[in-house]
Amino acid sequence: MSPVISVSAVTKTYRSGQIALHEIDLTVEKGEIFALLGPNGAGKTTLISIICGLVSMSSGRVLVDGHDIVQEYRAARAMIGLVPQEIALDIFATVEDTVRFSRGLFGRHAAPGHIDRLLRDLSLWEKRRARVIELSGGMKRRVMIAKALSHEPDILFLDEPTAGVDVNLRRDMWGIVRRLRDRGVTIILTTHYIEEAEEMADRVGVIDRGRLILVEETAALMRKLGKRRLSIMVQKRIEAIPPALAGWPLRLEAEGERLVYDFDANAPDTGIPRLLRDLGAAGIDYKDLETSRTSLEDIFVGLVEGRA
Amino acid sequence: MSGLNLPGMWAIYRTEMARTRRTVWQSVATPVITTVLYFIVFGGAIGSRMQQVGGVGYGAFIVPGLIMLTLLTQGISNASVAIYFPKFTRTIFELLSAPISSTEAVFAYIGAAATKSVLIGLIILATATLFVPVRIMHPGWMVAFLLLTAVSFGLFGFLVGIWAESFEQLAIIPSLVVTPLTFLGGAFYSIDMLPEPWRTISLFNPVVYLVSGFRWSFYGVGDVGVRVSLAFVVGIMVLCLALLWWIFRTGYRLKP
Ligand SMILES: Nc1ncnc2c1ncn2[C@@H]1O[C@H](COP(=O)(O)OP(=O)(O)OP(=O)(O)O)[C@@H](O)[C@H]1O
Ligand SMILES: [Mg+2]
Repeated sequence: MSPVISVSAVTKTYRSGQIALHEIDLTVEKGEIFALLGPNGAGKTTLISIICGLVSMSSGRVLVDGHDIVQEYRAARAMIGLVPQEIALDIFATVEDTVRFSRGLFGRHAAPGHIDRLLRDLSLWEKRRARVIELSGGMKRRVMIAKALSHEPDILFLDEPTAGVDVNLRRDMWGIVRRLRDRGVTIILTTHYIEEAEEMADRVGVIDRGRLILVEETAALMRKLGKRRLSIMVQKRIEAIPPALAGWPLRLEAEGERLVYDFDANAPDTGIPRLLRDLGAAGIDYKDLETSRTSLEDIFVGLVEGRA
Repeated sequence: MSGLNLPGMWAIYRTEMARTRRTVWQSVATPVITTVLYFIVFGGAIGSRMQQVGGVGYGAFIVPGLIMLTLLTQGISNASVAIYFPKFTRTIFELLSAPISSTEAVFAYIGAAATKSVLIGLIILATATLFVPVRIMHPGWMVAFLLLTAVSFGLFGFLVGIWAESFEQLAIIPSLVVTPLTFLGGAFYSIDMLPEPWRTISLFNPVVYLVSGFRWSFYGVGDVGVRVSLAFVVGIMVLCLALLWWIFRTGYRLKP
């Protein structure tokens, strides 16, 4: 595999003085689905905007299929389709016209067959003659996707594609993403949700406060994420963990009302049945059990602590 | 991909012209009605009491000035809205992410704005012939002035649209700068009719040169030499182009 996007030492400081990106290095392979994961304000949109030419970088260099995005912007940009985070459309134009406009703008000659197929795939066919202003929010988002795909890009950026989107559109969108991937299109998407990355992406990059703190195969990340937590609500408050349970990595929380046990869900033996038997033997009764997945925030904390 | 992005330029031009068709009433009816009003007031009511100016009846005398006035205001407003609106609605992201050079984009936008201005200019000319006898002594010069002015003020409007960060700012240049300059620019009189020092002061007003040159192409008389007028229009165009070049080079107000 060869990298289709290579970002080296890219930094961005906005005119306000806000540092949005600290030295980002990243390569994305041809044909993969790459998810950029991170909390609000992490710099996901900034990074995408730089690669697509909407924001100028403060320093660094980006190559798209070997083309420098500044010097050879034509070749670089012709390969890229972008669905931005926010809907931005000429509301007076018709659906069909605005999608055709995008294709032309990207230097492609008219291809009515392709546009018609796109409109059908995105369930916009019935609305093709309607003006954008007459469409619902979800429909407008579909139009944004149609515009981004109008010039048959080799690379597609989806900035938070599922924010405020209903189940149907989400399913349609993932359907389209899979079909595009099967045709060799590289897809880069951003999301706040680990589940989404898990569902779709080949690799995941985690970005936090302008730093790319981890890039990993989704499967490997999921193993890390496989850590789960068992919370045991005890019947009677306990002052300290009894010596009989000293062999277990337990923590006492909520003023002695909760015992917490972290375990690896992917391990052949989670230890839970033995732990529960030992609890009974030690005379600790419990009224409730709860397991939860370590949250994205926990991972961030873990990663940041791990780096420190 | 290399070479010109012709489909891109064509897409912009066509979309801009479609916008004109959607708003055909504002675009065409307004200038026509305004012109008719000018003729009724200046040509009819006042003009009948005015002597000839430079051997031309007053009604006919104001025709070139009126066309210039419309060309200026229309050129500026069309081009400034064409670029300001995408900034306002954020649809400009698409233009910035497209494989199209700034020069190509400006060419397409200004081409559309100028086409519209020229069309309106011709409509006014046609309307005027219904009221007064109009003759054109130097049609080649007339077309040259028409095109150059439409393009120059399209460029000027484009600059205003890029600079503006609110609708107020968008409106302020046309109303605070351009309207006074056009009214004081000899559209309705010859600056020879002014007493000193106003005559000399008027020579600092670029619009005087535009109107004078354009009027010369109609009736062979102008306040200043036609070559001076031509140099002025070209000068304005070059100035606007230089400013635009600087803007695109620095990303000023277009890219964060
Ligand atoms: N145009 C701008 N001018 C100044 N600062 C900006 C601008 N755009 C973004 N920022 C700042 O840069 C940082 C990164 O923002 P960015 O939009 O890239 O985050 P994000 O990861 O996309 O967040 P979200 O998940 O909320 O979309 C934030 O602190 C934001 O306030
Ligand atoms: Mg964002």
